[in-house]
Amino acid sequence: MLKEGQVRIPSGCAIAAIIDRKGGMINGSEIIKSIALMHDRSNGLGGGFAAYGIYPEHRDEYAFHIFYENAQAHQNCEEFLFKHFNIDVAERIPTKKVDSISNGPDIWRYFGRVNRVRMKNSRLDESEYVVQCVTKVNAAYDGAYIFSSGKNIGCFKAVGYPEDVGEFYMLDRYNAYLWTAHGRFPTNTPGWWGGAHPFNILDWSIVHNGEISSYDTNRRYIEQFGYKCTMQTDTEVITYLFDHLIRHHNLPVNVAADVLTAPEWAEIDRMDSDKKEYFTNLRAIYSGALVNGPFSVILGSNKGLLAINDRLKLRSLTAATKGSRAYFASEESAIRIICPDPEKLWSVSGAEPVFVPLELNEEEDV
Amino acid sequence: MNIVAGVRSYSEVNEEIKTEFLSKNKVTVTDVNGQRYLGCALDVGKTLEIHGTAGNDLAFCLNGGKIMLHGHGQDAVGNTMGGGEIIIHGHTGDALGYGMRDGQIYVRDNVCCRGGIHMKEFRSMKPVLVIGSNAGSFLGEYMAGGTIILLGLGLKRGEKIFGTHCASGMHGGKIFVRGSFPRENLSPNIKAVSITAEDEKELKEYVGKYCHCFEVDFESVMNKSFVKLIPVTSRPYADLYTAN
Repeated sequence: MLKEGQVRIPSGCAIAAIIDRKGGMINGSEIIKSIALMHDRSNGLGGGFAAYGIYPEHRDEYAFHIFYENAQAHQNCEEFLFKHFNIDVAERIPTKKVDSISNGPDIWRYFGRVNRVRMKNSRLDESEYVVQCVTKVNAAYDGAYIFSSGKNIGCFKAVGYPEDVGEFYMLDRYNAYLWTAHGRFPTNTPGWWGGAHPFNILDWSIVHNGEISSYDTNRRYIEQFGYKCTMQTDTEVITYLFDHLIRHHNLPVNVAADVLTAPEWAEIDRMDSDKKEYFTNLRAIYSGALVNGPFSVILGSNKGLLAINDRLKLRSLTAATKGSRAYFASEESAIRIICPDPEKLWSVSGAEPVFVPLELNEEEDV
Repeated sequence: MNIVAGVRSYSEVNEEIKTEFLSKNKVTVTDVNGQRYLGCALDVGKTLEIHGTAGNDLAFCLNGGKIMLHGHGQDAVGNTMGGGEIIIHGHTGDALGYGMRDGQIYVRDNVCCRGGIHMKEFRSMKPVLVIGSNAGSFLGEYMAGGTIILLGLGLKRGEKIFGTHCASGMHGGKIFVRGSFPRENLSPNIKAVSITAEDEKELKEYVGKYCHCFEVDFESVMNKSFVKLIPVTSRPYADLYTAN
């Protein structure tokens, strides 16, 4: 066997995303083609996808995707789930045998609504009730991990190369108006199924290339509000930060993005007075939510797609648009392979978050 | 015969290119989609023509060969190149000319972040980077030697010729900028000075070559004035940790 230093591993995680602003459907095979082109950026220790709009027949129900490591975990978790939710459907997520993916957990999904009596007794609003239930399972039920908990969305992830993970979950059978994808190259922790991206809570999902140097600061900040970091990797904290800022504090998506990637003080000093006041306030109020370190991050949500880069621009991220679609990827070639002639193509800069809102009108949304 | 890359792995494509070069001095590869390390360490006298989007580390350690890219480059084009020429009919990604030691790179359009990071020169070895449009943040970061020429051609209203933290930690070499530039984006250690007659001679040579490669009118490019950005001291971080 080759020793460390004798083998070169070209690495660096890969992320990709597509959105159709008008809500048009995109087949899963497209995002697989994009992320597969960046095969060499990951090392087979994690791949995953988030898909929005895939369960129209269950659009008003929560879709829970759960990993079970053993039968006991399955039994305990279902007991909890059936008590707190009215579950309509409980089924194994269909998968296909793929040579490179093995030793996986038992993977289930559930569609259901909240148990209103329990929710009222808990004096929580619906979203908070769901988040607390998910947090409870992930923190207290050994061997059970709810890795997807939104409405009409689903995360699919595994230990493997992303294109193999896509084949494993047969994602060419799903159509979504928004896809995100990730190929993992874990650096500080070993890869495991729960640690693969995307990380999801409610309708928020995160894929991330890089490292969060401020992880412990951010974790201490977010755990004050009832969240628990259980996935043994840095990325999940970003998911909770967005959920907290947007759902609890009602910040618009672009303001939440400014909190996470606020400019340096030296830059704020040079701004005009309105902007200076805005960023000074954000940095003062939300200092614990400022994210530091090299990263490019894509946030998927039912409101649209957000791409951010760290302030010093230490990870590459390219964006492109054509017609009603917007594309993002770690490498330009991964966009051009599915969109050869974009109308506009640019590199996402550290200072400017890119938000592509979904423009569904209300009637369509009912 | 052209080599068609398609979605094949970079190692397979590079193996084929290497084999072709055993009996030829010019090889063409088409339908390139992100394959890495193309033209890696290419020697003097060899030319590689590429059509498509070249992957990361294009022309890594280029050793005197010539690369012609009809399409766009990604990250770290010309990484640690020690000589030769790269001509890009398009734009490139981050860290263009990373640690470049010698040779010349001509980019028709813009470059993203960290263009010319840690370029260096030694005696007769002098790297040159010519960028047609504009550059992202951290242009010339830790630059130790060589020349960057930024032309700012075709900029739209509101677009800046370079991004923030330009020449951060620069301690050698020079950056020529054509027309006006955002002074607030310049790092504190850098001063802007007028060009000398010798600078003008150097500029004319490389701008002339750029105009020839991309069929741009030389006179109209040279009509606008240039300034030279150089470091105030060769030790910008001398007092960062200890005063010595």
